[in-house]
Amino acid sequence: MEATVDYMKAAEADNLLATELRLGLPGTSNDDHKATPPCTPRGKKRTAFDAAEDAAVEEVTNKHDDVEAAPPVAKAQVVGWPPVRSYRKSCFQQQQAKQISKPTSNNKEEAAAAPAPASNAATPSFVKVSMDGAPYLRKVDLRMYKGYRELREALEAMFVSSNNGGAANLSEFAVTYEDKDGDLMLVGDVPFEMFAGTCKKLRIMKRSEATGLGSPRQI
Amino acid sequence: MSEEDEDQPPPPKRPRASPPADQVLDNVLETVLQFLDAPGDRSAASLVCRSWHRAESATREAVAVRNILAASAARTARRFPRARSLLLKGRPRFADFNLLPPGWAASAFRPWAAAIAAAAFPALTSLNLKRIPVTDADLELIARALPATFLELSLLLCDGFSSHGLASIASHCRGLRVLNVVECDMAVEDEQEVVDWVAAFPPDPTDLESLSFECYGYAVSFDALEALVVRSPRLKRLGVNQHVTLGQLRRLMTHAPRLTHLGTGAFRPADGGDEGIDFGEMVTAFANSGRGRTLVSLSGFRDLAQEYLPTIAVVCINLRTLDLSYAPVTPNQIVMFIRQCFNLETLWVLDSVRDEGLETVAMYCKKLRSLRVMPVVANEDADELVSEVGLAAISRGCRDLRSILYFCQSMTNAAVIDMSRNCPELKVFRLCIMGRHQPDHETGEPMDEGFGAIVQNCSKLTRLSTSGHLTDRAFEYIGKYGKSLRTLSVAFAGNSDRALQHILQGCSKLEKLEIRDCPFGDAGLLSGMHHFYNMRFVWMSGCNLTLQGCKEVARQLPRMVVELINGPPEDERTEDVDILYMYRSLDGPREDVPPFVKIL
Repeated sequence: MEATVDYMKAAEADNLLATELRLGLPGTSNDDHKATPPCTPRGKKRTAFDAAEDAAVEEVTNKHDDVEAAPPVAKAQVVGWPPVRSYRKSCFQQQQAKQISKPTSNNKEEAAAAPAPASNAATPSFVKVSMDGAPYLRKVDLRMYKGYRELREALEAMFVSSNNGGAANLSEFAVTYEDKDGDLMLVGDVPFEMFAGTCKKLRIMKRSEATGLGSPRQI
Repeated sequence: MSEEDEDQPPPPKRPRASPPADQVLDNVLETVLQFLDAPGDRSAASLVCRSWHRAESATREAVAVRNILAASAARTARRFPRARSLLLKGRPRFADFNLLPPGWAASAFRPWAAAIAAAAFPALTSLNLKRIPVTDADLELIARALPATFLELSLLLCDGFSSHGLASIASHCRGLRVLNVVECDMAVEDEQEVVDWVAAFPPDPTDLESLSFECYGYAVSFDALEALVVRSPRLKRLGVNQHVTLGQLRRLMTHAPRLTHLGTGAFRPADGGDEGIDFGEMVTAFANSGRGRTLVSLSGFRDLAQEYLPTIAVVCINLRTLDLSYAPVTPNQIVMFIRQCFNLETLWVLDSVRDEGLETVAMYCKKLRSLRVMPVVANEDADELVSEVGLAAISRGCRDLRSILYFCQSMTNAAVIDMSRNCPELKVFRLCIMGRHQPDHETGEPMDEGFGAIVQNCSKLTRLSTSGHLTDRAFEYIGKYGKSLRTLSVAFAGNSDRALQHILQGCSKLEKLEIRDCPFGDAGLLSGMHHFYNMRFVWMSGCNLTLQGCKEVARQLPRMVVELINGPPEDERTEDVDILYMYRSLDGPREDVPPFVKIL
């Protein structure tokens, strides 16, 4: 994942993100009093994605643009249309993300982590990534990734292939993060959006050190 | 008559005999002209003859350079030595929508900052910047140089500066009365580097009357903010950002009981429950604020906790402006307080209020003059939340409407025609049908008749934005009837050059023209040659212009700066023009030209 900011692509990414999240929620306005079944966040998220995929498929049949069924690759959005400033567009995407991750995250932290966006990019959320044994740290923009798989691949590309002679992938390492409360958590337990909102720092540690964290789920 | 200030050579009135019959002592003239305020009047006065030009220039206090590239700082300072307030506008509006590559005129403000710092405007007390790239260095330069008599700094839709720039202003401008940072795109900073500029204000009581930073992305220290409000007894307008919680807002409100304008920040209690602010307390807070009947404007609600929204009901009677454009309010929620808003003149909402919400607004807000309905999801494929039903309701209920901006997914001619008949006082009509090329969804016809009715029935119309499926006929109407039009925005419309010809030959008062993605070519462009010098700018992107046509314009109009801007990917070899942006300038083409811009 390159962090190159092509402003046209970034505007598309903005819109793709809007599509992905919005289609999952019942109705489009943040109607709190619409009953959503109390379930684990992960369950809710899965439903959202399913709904998003269904809706996207519907879109394909309605519009005659060539579009893949997966929500992230929606129809090509035109740059600068509709004429709404990207700050406003991204405001509601953030609010929707907060709705999903409401139970555990602190709104202030999230808002602070996503400051006024650059005029042509999605709101960046850079966190430091440290790896045990690596001489210097890196930074990744969590908003660039749509899921754990992409994040993992990015981390592998950054740390594993170039630096470590021995490791070929991240299976020897445990990817952990420090959340807003300062606790060290294992990456992969909560839905990605919630993780992206609460993660302050990433730390890749050797599995041998990651004792007591239970059997880590493959992210 | 354009509002642009410029050194137009005054037409010589009659051959000079001795002495001229209408000679008026300059100082008498100056005294008289001081009573002239309106920019249009001032421009007109300056064109009468040379002595009037001199007198007017010597006395003009409110100087507006509405296209910062049209006149240099030096020239402006020379001509208007007594300028007290300076208004500068920079980028074209379409830059807001990512149509202009960043860095297009990154140092446009630098010479102005330098001029101000060099006391070229000795009487300057107020600086208003809109869509201008401002750096921290610029702000620092200005802040250090400006005297304690500097009163007002307003940054609207500006970008490039950070908390450091604001800190410079706060700490150096001791007499500051107004600091408004509105809808700005401030530089992203590393969290450790953010400066608490609120704490940078000097510890003495301040003269602050207006402090607005609703768009500021980082948290300011609440203690510093509270202390600042406490020691600013003249504070009338306060707009805080989304990091200020509801409980904090309440405390600020108790310190400033005579606020007229309040930007409410997040409008949500802090998480963690230690704030424990309840509904009744908030109602009391607003009741106290409203006791003096001073509160007339509310905005903010940046992270609205909907259960608290009805607390504003107690001040609604006095409200003239309500900005809910960051709060997805539902029809049921708006009904809880809009009934009291019968003095409301300006309302900005999201389309989450739906047609029913707009019907309620139309029922109660009879004095409404300005309405904006913005989309929650700004997407062509979004669900339709508002439609022609809402528009028709508004037009029936709010006959005094002057200005409307309405985003929707589809529309009908009938509703637009109704609005043209019900609201003849309209000056601004901006309809954005988000689906491109959408026809009237009931009849399937183009939206020509609707927009035609608007220009025909609303004789005072000065600003028009079109959308939907439009043929050349719509522009025939616009050219024929849009005689007062000053600003026109067109996107994805028209069939041929005829449309552009109608516009350029018909709209004699046109000053600002923004066109994107229309099938207009060189022939259309060249039909406006007689008028371009009277315009502030012309923007055409995604049309069928060629290098040839633009060169022809540049050749015939030497004082036009004709910029050809390439959006990515850059391709120098094509003859097609990506973006044409042209404007008159007294000082010739600018020097700081980025690689993707070519000036003919």
